Amino acid sequence: MMSKKRITNKIAKNRITFEYLLMVLPGFLLTLIFAYIPMVGILVAFKNIDYSKGILFSPWCGMANFKLLFASPDLKIILRNTIGYNLSFVVLNAVIPLTLSIALSQLRNKRTSKVYQTIIMLPHFISYIIVTYIVYAFLSYKLGTVNNLLQRFGVEPTDWYSNVKVWPYIILFLGVWKVTGYNSVVYLAAITGIDDTLYEAAAIDGAKKYQQIWYVTLPQLANVVIIMVILNLGAILNSDIGLFLNVPMEKGQLFPVTNVISTYTYRALRINGDVGMSSAAGFFQSVVGFIIVLITNSCVKKIDSEKALF
Amino acid sequence: MKKESLASDVHKSSIVVNVFLNLIFVVFCIVCIYPMLLIIGTSFASEESLLQYGYRVFPKEFSSYAYTYILSNTSTILRAYWVTILSTLVGTAMSVLVNALYAYAVSRQEFKYRNFFTFYMFFTMLFGGGMVPWYLVCTRLLHLTDTFWALVLPSVCSAWNMIILRTFFASTVPNAVVESARIDGASEMRTLFSIVFPISLPGLATIGLFAMLGYWNNYYNALMLTNDVKWQNLQLYLYNILTNISMLQGSNSAVGNSDVLLKTMPKEAARMAMCVVTVGPIIFAYPFFQKYFVQGLTIGAVKG
Repeated sequence: MMSKKRITNKIAKNRITFEYLLMVLPGFLLTLIFAYIPMVGILVAFKNIDYSKGILFSPWCGMANFKLLFASPDLKIILRNTIGYNLSFVVLNAVIPLTLSIALSQLRNKRTSKVYQTIIMLPHFISYIIVTYIVYAFLSYKLGTVNNLLQRFGVEPTDWYSNVKVWPYIILFLGVWKVTGYNSVVYLAAITGIDDTLYEAAAIDGAKKYQQIWYVTLPQLANVVIIMVILNLGAILNSDIGLFLNVPMEKGQLFPVTNVISTYTYRALRINGDVGMSSAAGFFQSVVGFIIVLITNSCVKKIDSEKALF
Repeated sequence: MKKESLASDVHKSSIVVNVFLNLIFVVFCIVCIYPMLLIIGTSFASEESLLQYGYRVFPKEFSSYAYTYILSNTSTILRAYWVTILSTLVGTAMSVLVNALYAYAVSRQEFKYRNFFTFYMFFTMLFGGGMVPWYLVCTRLLHLTDTFWALVLPSVCSAWNMIILRTFFASTVPNAVVESARIDGASEMRTLFSIVFPISLPGLATIGLFAMLGYWNNYYNALMLTNDVKWQNLQLYLYNILTNISMLQGSNSAVGNSDVLLKTMPKEAARMAMCVVTVGPIIFAYPFFQKYFVQGLTIGAVKG
């Protein structure tokens, strides 16, 4: 009797496991195809791709693609741009939203705070293509708002799309503009979740407002911020194609300040059809990014294992 | 009494600081909303006043010509619109279904391999093959180039959404409900569809909105995987028009017939009207789904 029950139990358990496996199957397969096969696929960087032989049977070529990449005079510029912009973004997109979220939580009128939140999240919902149009509306030579304004003050109009000096600021501004509101609301959600008794205790101990923010709010937010920063650092060699390719409208004059690894890879792949060089750049991007994630995570773990990502 | 005043004090600043903070936010709000108004304003300007006065929030001469133009030019614009709508609907449905199935399974304690499958998804957030192998898989293995599925399939699975949903299921679906359904003889699949999904609508709605927005705004897939105008969505179509025009303007002397070509392109106001039509649905739906977005952020306390 006992053993029979155990057997039916076991069958039921196997059936349950089987059903759960069925549930994960579609997601498993799609992720396999679009994420895991490409992970193995970074090895094409060591191949001399010949489509007539197929990717699997193309001959290995060792480091040839990397030698080409490292010999390219562009490499120094794209590395500088990629890392420069992304490091700025890691800092700016953590500090500004944090400040703003604390400011939001301090507003006296909660209803206006809601209105602000609604409006500042707007840029997050707009694609970089629309941003391209917006920027064009401001900077277009003939009709742009900026040149119009300049002319009114008697200043000669400028062709902004060939002005290398202003674009780093435009890109930094847009990159911040796009995510600041959204990130602020994320952090605000975390702030509202902080236990009020912590503030009361601090107030009883005589902590002033800025001390409460410094000693209560910020440490409580550390978890969320650290996870964001780790993930952003892992993506330090990746850039949004929309911001760097589409917004400057692929203008060649701007390449010295807009060319980053992602756009370089895109151009090599889609425009020049050079799989070798672009795969080498992509390999570099993926592997270095992963190593950075591992390093930052283990650093965070050493300091405070609770706050690490994994 | 004292305690209450302390607690409410904590979240309020002094009047001076408050005015200052409000000022900052008003400026920030203008920076966020002015560009939209500029686009909307331009789309309602007559072509002549545009050429004379440039882009303005309040057009000197009002005209709805741009909108009649896009509605009459049926072939390309409406086609692109249709591609966007269709890929958004199909993509969102598939995305919610696939991610919810996966998330539910890994949220259940009795699923033996839940840790493996959770990590399987999580890992894709840390490491990825990048553009080239992805492109090769899409074009050489699946032959997605210039097909409808190119716009849908690559973005169905999202580790981020899956993890948010998993957290949601784990924290809101009572274990007792699932177990009693099981005792009543329902299969797990049946429990999921007729009991778990109906009580999880807020979570599913949140993920659905994330997915919908992603598909509506997606141009990366179209940029990478379409060459034919036939399968270009609104976003890519818009972008191509803008670059084509600026290219033609730049090469006035080199290409003899560029003036003729330029004339056939949508005019300034018409392009802005297309932008408005593209962001329009998002802006209109925005007040309704904003609540869900914030909710999605709070339920998705992500940790691997």
